[in-house]
Amino acid sequence: MYKLYFCVASNGIVVATENKHKSILYEEHSVHKVVMITNHIGMVYSGMGPDYRLLVKRARKMAQQYYLVYNEPIPTAQLVQRVAMVMQEYTQSGGVRPFGVSLLICGWDNDRPYLFQCDPSGAYFAWKATAMGKNYVNGKTFLEKRYSEDLELDDAVHTAILTLKEGFEGQMTADNIEVGICDAQGFRRLDPSNVKDYLANIP
Amino acid sequence: MGPRMYLGLTGLATDIKTCHDKLKFRLNLYNLREGRDIHPKTFASIVSNMLYEKRFGSYYLVEPVVAGLDPLSYTPYVVSMDIIGCLSEPDSFVVAGTCSRQLYGLCEALWEPDLEPDDLFERISQALVNSCDRDAISGCGVVVHLM
Repeated sequence: MYKLYFCVASNGIVVATENKHKSILYEEHSVHKVVMITNHIGMVYSGMGPDYRLLVKRARKMAQQYYLVYNEPIPTAQLVQRVAMVMQEYTQSGGVRPFGVSLLICGWDNDRPYLFQCDPSGAYFAWKATAMGKNYVNGKTFLEKRYSEDLELDDAVHTAILTLKEGFEGQMTADNIEVGICDAQGFRRLDPSNVKDYLANIP
Repeated sequence: MGPRMYLGLTGLATDIKTCHDKLKFRLNLYNLREGRDIHPKTFASIVSNMLYEKRFGSYYLVEPVVAGLDPLSYTPYVVSMDIIGCLSEPDSFVVAGTCSRQLYGLCEALWEPDLEPDDLFERISQALVNSCDRDAISGCGVVVHLM
């Protein structure tokens, strides 16, 4: 299990996750955990990588199908609903097993950020800030103390990384964490160089 | 189709009924799923999509017009399409139906930007009545809806 944290600010939303590798020979920045679904929606997971990739593929396809029919980008709530439906189907169909992942989906529509958690059962929740994966209880407690309604995006990135640092084993570097941001400009994953700048501000 | 949106269909009467029913069905599902009013532009996209689904088969013989107001800002929007759903979205006026050629002429002469509701009503009514007079297979009364 990995751990990941989400934090919603007034003008955007931040996701931070650790992406540790077992060997130093592993090529970092080749397989990502934080991915873009559409221009304004991003997703990250905790659990099994291969299951996640299937859901990413399905989510991207559903988003494009929606755009084709309605000529309008899919609202985050709609995408979450549809992804949750796929996950529910896999709990009930024959010959398949349920997905071994929990998802966090973040998006920007109607001039505000949205954050959803989506579980293998097909249940989904909307959050202002949350943590999941390894050590999520401590992460949530930390966020409960740190969260405020009028947080700015830069502060949210700071808070998210700080939360991730709680109980981080080993040295945290720009190469073993991933940070994604979603705001009015859309969703993007931060470059390692950008992450490095944020890390520099952390004691 | 809703409090601030109209769908106009001209063409084969049976297909008009079928299209109306199918679109009402898709619209109702949309409203239930999304829990909000649809933008006429989004609705036009549904119509266009439905018509193009039958591009190479037994297409519906209808020429739809969608007119409505943005559910949030009340900005007016009109669009028309051909029988396979090719959209044309001028910001002035659209016409469809039997005396469309006559209507084009009159609308081009009478329409101007930023008309007040009363003025718009008068001009559109004159355009319709006089176009019908010029066309032998059009007529039997006229209904004008003002949104």
